[in-house]
Amino acid sequence: MSDSLDHDLVQLESGPVENPVEQFLRSDRVPHIWCPGCGIGTTVNSFARALIESKIDLQSLALVSGIGCTGRVAGYVKLDSFHTTHGRAIPFATGLKLANPKLNVVVYSGDGDLSAIGGNHLIHAARRNLDLKVICVNNLTYAMTGGQTAPTTPDHSITSTNPYGVFEPSFNLPHLVEAAGAVYVARWTTFHVRQMARAIGEAFRKKGFSFIEIISPCPTLYQRRNKLGDGLDTMKFYKEKSKVRNGAPTSEVGLTLTGDIVVGKFVDRDRPDYQSMMRTQFHESLGERYIEQPEMVCS
Amino acid sequence: MPKGRVSIVVERCKACGFCVEFCPSHVLALSSAYNSKGYHPPHVVHPEKCSGCDLCGMYCPDFAICASKVDTPAAHNSAKSHDTDNATKKEGGQ
Amino acid sequence: MKPAHQTADPRGVLTGTHFMDGDHACCEGALAAGSRFAAGYPITPSTEVVERFASRVPTVGGTFIQMEDELAASITLQGAVWGGAKAFTVTSGPGFSLMMEHIGYAAMTETPCVFVDVQRGGPSTGLPTLPAQADMMQARWGSHGDYEIIALCPNSPQECFDLTIKAFNLAEEFRVPVMFMMDEVVGHMTEKVVIPPADQIEVVPRRHTHKSVDDYLPYATNGDQVPEMAHAGEGYKFHVTGLTHDERGYPNMTPQTQDKLVRRLQSKIRDAADRIALFEEDQLDDADVVVVSYGITSRVAQRAITLAREQGLNIGKLRLITAWPFPENKIAGLAAKGKTFVFPELNLGQMVREVERIAGRAKTFAVPHAGGGVHNPEDILKVILEAARCQTH
Repeated sequence: MSDSLDHDLVQLESGPVENPVEQFLRSDRVPHIWCPGCGIGTTVNSFARALIESKIDLQSLALVSGIGCTGRVAGYVKLDSFHTTHGRAIPFATGLKLANPKLNVVVYSGDGDLSAIGGNHLIHAARRNLDLKVICVNNLTYAMTGGQTAPTTPDHSITSTNPYGVFEPSFNLPHLVEAAGAVYVARWTTFHVRQMARAIGEAFRKKGFSFIEIISPCPTLYQRRNKLGDGLDTMKFYKEKSKVRNGAPTSEVGLTLTGDIVVGKFVDRDRPDYQSMMRTQFHESLGERYIEQPEMVCS
Repeated sequence: MPKGRVSIVVERCKACGFCVEFCPSHVLALSSAYNSKGYHPPHVVHPEKCSGCDLCGMYCPDFAICASKVDTPAAHNSAKSHDTDNATKKEGGQ
Repeated sequence: MKPAHQTADPRGVLTGTHFMDGDHACCEGALAAGSRFAAGYPITPSTEVVERFASRVPTVGGTFIQMEDELAASITLQGAVWGGAKAFTVTSGPGFSLMMEHIGYAAMTETPCVFVDVQRGGPSTGLPTLPAQADMMQARWGSHGDYEIIALCPNSPQECFDLTIKAFNLAEEFRVPVMFMMDEVVGHMTEKVVIPPADQIEVVPRRHTHKSVDDYLPYATNGDQVPEMAHAGEGYKFHVTGLTHDERGYPNMTPQTQDKLVRRLQSKIRDAADRIALFEEDQLDDADVVVVSYGITSRVAQRAITLAREQGLNIGKLRLITAWPFPENKIAGLAAKGKTFVFPELNLGQMVREVERIAGRAKTFAVPHAGGGVHNPEDILKVILEAARCQTH
């Protein structure tokens, strides 16, 4: 016979508490669709805390996502949010930012969406150093569609499209985006709740292309097929196997199936962002003829 | 006198166990009760140890739990964060 | 509910008499319509439209970005729309094919925007520098699922200017992607283009909500068929998704929501089809044979019509300016009066199928052309004469 919850509660002071994440949620859509032990919700908590800490103006914040489990974040946050097409969150975000430079534009999407179908847009946005904050939740697979191989799936993993084991090398995303030109590159896991929040806050303060990779469990597919336990087992694995190496060369932070996970802030450099380069060039070429448009709100 | 208070929204919980594992003071355990989806939500087993650090809230992927320090202004707020099906379980006075 | 009207922002209007080609005139039309954002990718024979835009906007006050591919360009412009701009892109066949997913996204999310397709020979790489009109069905059906679009067909550089403004106006009025179906000849032919003063140009402003943040529902239609829009950054905190959604914009994947949403996307255009369908007609009443045409072919067809009339035949002309929605009622009315149709196109039979579908017992004679050049007027005349002979029986 199961205990009732009332019986188990202990009397304390009265009055409810407010969860810091609640103000950012579309509460009428919770409980969400993510599986038990999935880490995406945990990343949203860190995102919420970063929003609070940084005191960012929520009205000027827009969130753009692609397709996939992480892509569903856009539907759960109470912000101007855009759930776009597979792989194309970054170009959509580009248009948003260029039309209204006052917006703070966050791209929140998954590893398959951002690095496979969206890979071209990822590298060009990094090259251009567009002022976008990209949060890439990397669960090492295409989760929403049933756990297929993604460019980030570690060698030898079992997936639904590599049932005998992945034999392709996987992308080292921090290395890729650093080479393409990103000015802020960090990786954490969903175990690192405080560090995630701090990194997101730093990205908000950074001008230019920021990329935060967050390793997250997919207990239903990736972890299950590879006999890596459930979400909690994976969080303990992250705790054990994560090695914080701030400033590590990104060439050295590739992931393997069971090896160490190098985490930390790898790149934090300064170079002019796309819009300042654009303005500089036009001022130089056109002088007084150049008309800068701060926002293009057509009535 | 506990420094913190936990609030659990039982209908959101999917019993992943993160809060139980990562509470530094081992305040929580999964209960043997069920919510309507069949999950065992956590319950507070050592309320006196709760510091209100809210690591449980930071870890919870389902936004189903949080804790705050008892002498914070939040303690005096009226219920604004209740979910729509009123299944929030709070410690004390219900 | 008819939209409010404004006149054009003079900063974007190059008032005067110009000698310019269709591509350039299209760019000026976009600027006159109030467009201040374009995202593009080079493809012959459309590239000049955005090249001109790139050189014009920094002194008008806008942004052009050349994206890394058409997949990006076709959605970057939509991000700009939700950021507050009137936006467009230009392409030709191969790029148009790449843009199809995002044309569907624009239709589903009701993002007002313009896609310019300067048609060239296809399929595949085809004839990059030579004309065709073979993307007409693709303009209507190219993306997956049920949706409606509006398509306009200019037949001169002057129309490339005038109708681009119309395209933007229709996009804003109906919150729909509008396909601007030029062809390589119209795009590259140089003619006189008169650009009037800004206060003589009517533009339709963004259908922006006046509701408060608490009352606004992004996809509620309040008795109209077109919802009101808000932009990112205004405090509405709305959600937009390509998933089937309800009035709140939230994903709601049920057959009931699907039925309600998709039928409205269709009916908001179809119910206004008679108003949207623009055409030019001449001597239809007494005609035995009606020559239907659009785009550059209409100018060749005009020659054939003149030659046929010189032979004493009663030939009517119907030039489609709006290709989609197709002017069904107009064609049905002519068919009911027993007229015969002749339809030359720079393709192997696309829009003619619409006439065949609607015309019932009336005879329809296609005049196909595989593309790469325009018809000879004599080839169209031959079919007109054949059609006229059939009529007398």
